[in-house]
Amino acid sequence: MNYLIGLLRHVFMLLAVIWAAATLNFFLPQLAPKNPITEKLTVLGETSGISSAQIVELTAALNERFGLDRPIWERYLDYLGDIARFDFGQSISNYPARVSDLIAQAIPWTIGLMVSTTIISFVIGTLIGAWAAWRRDSVLLQAVSSMLMVFSAIPFYLIGLVLIYVFAVRLGWFPISGGYSIFSIPAPTWEFAREVLHHSVLPALSITIASIGIWAVGMRGMMVTVQGEDYMTFARARGLTNRRMFLNYGVRNAILPQVTALALFFGQIVTGAVLVEAVFGYPGMGLLLLSSITLFDYPTIYGIVFILIVTIAVSMLAVELIYPLLDPRVRR
Amino acid sequence: MTRIPDPAPIASPSPPRVEVIAREAPRGSAAARILAIARYLRRNPQLVLGVLLLGGLLAFSLIGRLFIEAGMAQPLVGPASLPPGAEHPLGTDPQGRDILAVMVYGSWLTLRMGFLAGLIGMAAGSALGFVAGYYGGWTDRIITWLVDVLLTVPAILFLVIISAMLSTALTSFGMAMIIALLAWRRPARQVRSQILVMRNAGYVEMARLSGASVPSIIFREIAPNLMPFLISSFIIAVAAAILAGIGLEAMGLGPQNEPTLGMTIYWIMKFSAFLLGMWWILPPVLLLIILFVALYLINAGLDELANPRLRKRG
Repeated sequence: MNYLIGLLRHVFMLLAVIWAAATLNFFLPQLAPKNPITEKLTVLGETSGISSAQIVELTAALNERFGLDRPIWERYLDYLGDIARFDFGQSISNYPARVSDLIAQAIPWTIGLMVSTTIISFVIGTLIGAWAAWRRDSVLLQAVSSMLMVFSAIPFYLIGLVLIYVFAVRLGWFPISGGYSIFSIPAPTWEFAREVLHHSVLPALSITIASIGIWAVGMRGMMVTVQGEDYMTFARARGLTNRRMFLNYGVRNAILPQVTALALFFGQIVTGAVLVEAVFGYPGMGLLLLSSITLFDYPTIYGIVFILIVTIAVSMLAVELIYPLLDPRVRR
Repeated sequence: MTRIPDPAPIASPSPPRVEVIAREAPRGSAAARILAIARYLRRNPQLVLGVLLLGGLLAFSLIGRLFIEAGMAQPLVGPASLPPGAEHPLGTDPQGRDILAVMVYGSWLTLRMGFLAGLIGMAAGSALGFVAGYYGGWTDRIITWLVDVLLTVPAILFLVIISAMLSTALTSFGMAMIIALLAWRRPARQVRSQILVMRNAGYVEMARLSGASVPSIIFREIAPNLMPFLISSFIIAVAAAILAGIGLEAMGLGPQNEPTLGMTIYWIMKFSAFLLGMWWILPPVLLLIILFVALYLINAGLDELANPRLRKRG
């Protein structure tokens, strides 16, 4: 029962976040002093010989066409309805294309990159952190974990730039940019899959290198705390194997805050990945966002930002729901 | 003392306690205090290294200004895409800006932006945190709810929208203000939870009973005890502000007419510098990496200073 109430509270919170994001998305541009239609028409008036009376007339016609003459609350409700159906209108830079279609094309790339790097760095980082706390006499482990922690302070894309310089420009082992070769057409063949993999090594590596440390720090701290617990002393007294104590007693208990941290770090990972994609010319949401920014394609910008916020909110909700399964104490 | 400090202080054998050091020298004398500080710093190489790196960066920028005119960082001061040479020690980029000058003036702009945004965010956040934590009740509930909702929203995405709207009119000072808009959230939450603990401490209770006013309790009783914590969260706020600012600039949303480091990253991508085998990508990237590492080390060192319990973990 409590679980159900908690679930409802989380879903409510999720909706509140999404609503707040959508509302800000709607009202922020309204606050801007510039009206896109008048701007456009003024430029037109200067270059061609349209009189100012015609401009006023045109403005009124276009305002009606785009529904800008209606009261703001009416437009706001319409907008919320559109958003609920993930309809963000048409892109300006790729005009007839719908924003939702552009996003649908880009999103698998981003999700593939993000999910794989998150899993890899979470597992490796957690293990290194746990191990570094367990074997505090190992100089090598301490050095490696401290170095990874320093790396975690560096944004993904800066590491990415260094990796490109070393491995793509200097050594030429990996392609400099892109999600696949410009000469090939996406197709479900092994050939193409291998190429995609080859192109994703450096972007994935730059995210992984920078985020392993985040998990290692947290795990090391928790593991040290857990080691001081009475049940660890008891486990040792019972003569359990080192391996069993490490995994079933140490890691099992120390990993819980890590899972919570996973939810909090999602936002950071997403925003970091946006720039990684931009740096690597990787055809995901980040690159789409960047090109929309440079071309002032507002519908696409708002669409992407909205989708990213929803993704983050949903993944946080997912973590909240998984948590009770991992920690029996929360279930009661 | 020239050896590079061990990056893993946690691994070092358990260090002597503070009390022991204090007993060795006569208490109170200035020399003893300096000695104690020096000894402490030896045990906290992260803090020393971090401060040295940040200081070096600041010195590079401040001393560099004396030798290089600001105009050198503007486009068209030299031929485009020049390799390093006598006239331009680090060469020029495709816009004909002198890379060394961009580094000197850009690092100053970046540091100033981070400091300003961090300071404003920290001040506003602590004020809200103080109010929420101290008064409790509905004030607390509303502020906490607001912070919680806003914290789930990734700041940079909103900053993208705001700066995209303002793009052409943006200065690096304006950037700092935009980033400060969201920089108060984390300090507000952290300060609030600290106040909640301290509100009921004996000495605060005592001050309240002896009729001290709220500002007096906040500034004379609570704030001094929170100092190490406040400094540490200030450093975190500065690092976060720089991270956000450089991120926005790298997306091409920074001030267009100032030689910021983030915009240099943006030009790297814009001009496909890698494809053309240009080498000017490295200086800004390395400079930023040093900056982030320095802030990380300072923060880790301050953490150790503020939470002596961490030391025992060694």
